[in-house]
Amino acid sequence: MLLCGKKPHTSQQSRSNKTNMEKLMEDLKSQIIEQLNLQEVKPEDIGNDEPLFKTGLGLDSIDALELIVLLQQHYNIRIANPEQGPEIFHSIRTMAAFITAQQKQQA
Amino acid sequence: MSVKVWIAGGGVISGIGMNLEENLQAFKDMRTGMTKMQYLQSVHQDAFPVAEVKADNDTLADMARMPETTSRTALLSLIAAREAWKSTGLGDISRYRVGFVSANTVGGMDKTEDFFKAFLPNPGGGRLQQVVHHECGAVTELVADALGVRHHISTISTACSSGANALMYGARLIRNNIVDIVIAGGTDSLTRFTLNGFNTLMILDQQPCRPFDETRTGLNLGEGAGYVVLVSDNLLAHIQPWARLSGFANANDAYHQTASSPDGTGNYLAMKGALDMAGLTPEDIGYINLHGTGTQNNDVSEGIAINRLFAPHFPAMSSTKSFTGHTLGASGGIEAVYAALALKEGIIYPNARFRRQMKELPFAPATAFSTGNDLKHVMSNSFGFGGNCSSLVFSKE
Amino acid sequence: MNIYINGTGCISPQETAQIGPLFSTLKEYDQVRLQAVDPDYKQWIDLKQIRRMSRVVKMGVGAANLSMEEAGIKMPDAIITGTAYGCLDDTGVFLNKMVSQEEQMLTPTAFIQSTHNTVGGQIALLLGCNAYNNTFVHRGFSFENSLLDATMILREGEAKTVLAGGLDEITHYSYQVLSRFGLYKKAPVKTMELLKSPDRGTIAGEGAAFFVLSPEKGTHTVAELAGVCTIYKPLWEGEVIGEIVKFLEAQDLTLEDIDLLVTGRNGDIAQDEIYEEVAAALFPDHPEACFKHLCGEYPTAMAFGAWMANRIIAEQDVPEAAMFYGQAPARIKNVLIYNHHQGTHHALILLKAC
Repeated sequence: MLLCGKKPHTSQQSRSNKTNMEKLMEDLKSQIIEQLNLQEVKPEDIGNDEPLFKTGLGLDSIDALELIVLLQQHYNIRIANPEQGPEIFHSIRTMAAFITAQQKQQA
Repeated sequence: MSVKVWIAGGGVISGIGMNLEENLQAFKDMRTGMTKMQYLQSVHQDAFPVAEVKADNDTLADMARMPETTSRTALLSLIAAREAWKSTGLGDISRYRVGFVSANTVGGMDKTEDFFKAFLPNPGGGRLQQVVHHECGAVTELVADALGVRHHISTISTACSSGANALMYGARLIRNNIVDIVIAGGTDSLTRFTLNGFNTLMILDQQPCRPFDETRTGLNLGEGAGYVVLVSDNLLAHIQPWARLSGFANANDAYHQTASSPDGTGNYLAMKGALDMAGLTPEDIGYINLHGTGTQNNDVSEGIAINRLFAPHFPAMSSTKSFTGHTLGASGGIEAVYAALALKEGIIYPNARFRRQMKELPFAPATAFSTGNDLKHVMSNSFGFGGNCSSLVFSKE
Repeated sequence: MNIYINGTGCISPQETAQIGPLFSTLKEYDQVRLQAVDPDYKQWIDLKQIRRMSRVVKMGVGAANLSMEEAGIKMPDAIITGTAYGCLDDTGVFLNKMVSQEEQMLTPTAFIQSTHNTVGGQIALLLGCNAYNNTFVHRGFSFENSLLDATMILREGEAKTVLAGGLDEITHYSYQVLSRFGLYKKAPVKTMELLKSPDRGTIAGEGAAFFVLSPEKGTHTVAELAGVCTIYKPLWEGEVIGEIVKFLEAQDLTLEDIDLLVTGRNGDIAQDEIYEEVAAALFPDHPEACFKHLCGEYPTAMAFGAWMANRIIAEQDVPEAAMFYGQAPARIKNVLIYNHHQGTHHALILLKAC
């Protein structure tokens, strides 16, 4: 699910032209690694669309609760019902999409 | 090998009563213990109903004849343990070889968490008196010393199954002739540590809980203490037994740190093991005091395990946590007292606020209080974090 | 029924997780707080689980695995843990956050890892072990109670192997608080000088030691756990002395039958007095070895002592670093361990070579 297309860029413009979505996904990866103490995992090891739970990164229900707190701490988003977790936290991209949508709503 | 182990008495203090008689009256009156937080100070005061013991620390200290600075966990423990001993009519405790096996999960945390406020910004801050009884075992010893018990003292902490495990260890001590009597059970007071801890797991109900109900959304924390007095067969002539501890088992779910396995493996093994030790079949059980916390996870796992073991003959069952809340380390002890009393008086306890049967289960809990039932054997379940599952079976003789 | 020690595992401030003669690579310290030497825990715990585990849980899992490896078993019939302080580090983390964040935005990991039965629970989880699982949290008797529970369960006849152990950790917060209680030396003391130190206070330690117990001898078994006894708040040294005599009589042993006395002297001149009195009254000429200068003082340090005694029996020798009085005896069959914690919790363990 793409939010907006990338503008064509030259080598000088590379980082500043990353979409908000891409920056958000990068930030999320670092935050998740830190929050969940994923030693020996680097941000580049986590695919944007890789499942976070069960397979892929292999997170579990406790991690889901940790991610709920992460959303609150970093993005001021409250999830009252932990059952929403599996859907929102399916992948980095779905998380980023959820955050973006929530932030638009709050704005 | 097995010397018979009898229950000669019991004592309870909980959110529904300051002693066993008051607890019983509350069941009769369908008066549950969940209210807005009154005694514990917390930012979540209005968010979650809890079943606190309806007395502040000064009142409890008076009742226990202990200093006001004593940990609430210890005060509750001493009050219930004394009631239990008194109910046996055995008299002077120093005349017997007595053990005290008490369970708790937080120890003196009620004081430690106050200490931490001053200690965190300044390593010299906070009064040492607040942490001298922090350890689980220190709380037990405060009570053992006050009771005059010296022969064998121990503390067990296996989360919500702690109290039940205390009875098992106590029974073993008697069977192995290490002591003749054991005051066994557990205690826990409500603390910010536990309240916040359970909140992070998102399993607290913002309404009074509905164990074993299809619409349940979590548990209510409670606090209290409950002890039975286990007595060796050698002293049978000196007591009027309420029941006999005829079987018990402890198994581990080994599935997840806090969640129960979907098919309730640990629960099933514990219940089956307890029946096997008692030499009983599932049909022999007349009533089950459920662990029944009211969480989505526990109730379905426990229910499925009961279905596996008991179908098609389901005994009456109920969760008394619908009245007392989840008293953690105390629950196994409190519910053992209720179970033993159930046999003595033929009681089936009600499960409060039950409306809708769980879709996974072909049975529903009892919703009315009754006495005079012909109960021969009763089971009490206690399942906790760390996969610790324990089940006790009591028999009339 | 004899109860054999078929395997042991120990993680401590010494290199006890390594194979090799006892204390061959002795670690000598000159500090008041000793920290356990961590082996590579990844050999037993995969990354996905290790990330959540605090040190004390890893120590417990590591020591448990070492003991099962030696005993040659993959699955015990019961897991029994003794810990006085439980999981202090996570308790401290959660308390810290709870206070500083005023009960907001707290996360579950530290809370669930803080419960005392986490070590026992994690061992069971990693092994997929559905068997009996219990945790004792009774101060200086936590380890002894776990041994007693193990013994009682083995005597019932169904269980064939029981994994039982004792562990405790020292953390930044706990060290600060315990220091305020005056437990420790005011200035660092060298390891090999601790036990002769003429003032109050000891050194803080930590560690985990697990034992695989069974009514059937294993391939590497060298000793049996012949007896465990606890004495709570003895009124005077006479009571301890009387209990020791009774304890040995119950084993059909006389004082002379004891080849080696192992004691829990910890360098606190007041607390060590009773060891002097007991030795003088009962074992004036017996060789005596000690262990707390090597592992530090903590409520379940007796587990380290028992582990050391078992290895001494295996090697039929006492390393110089452990010898306190006299010469290492030529033949080491009966070893009596006497330890107390804080003067209130006294315990005896008897090991017999087999």
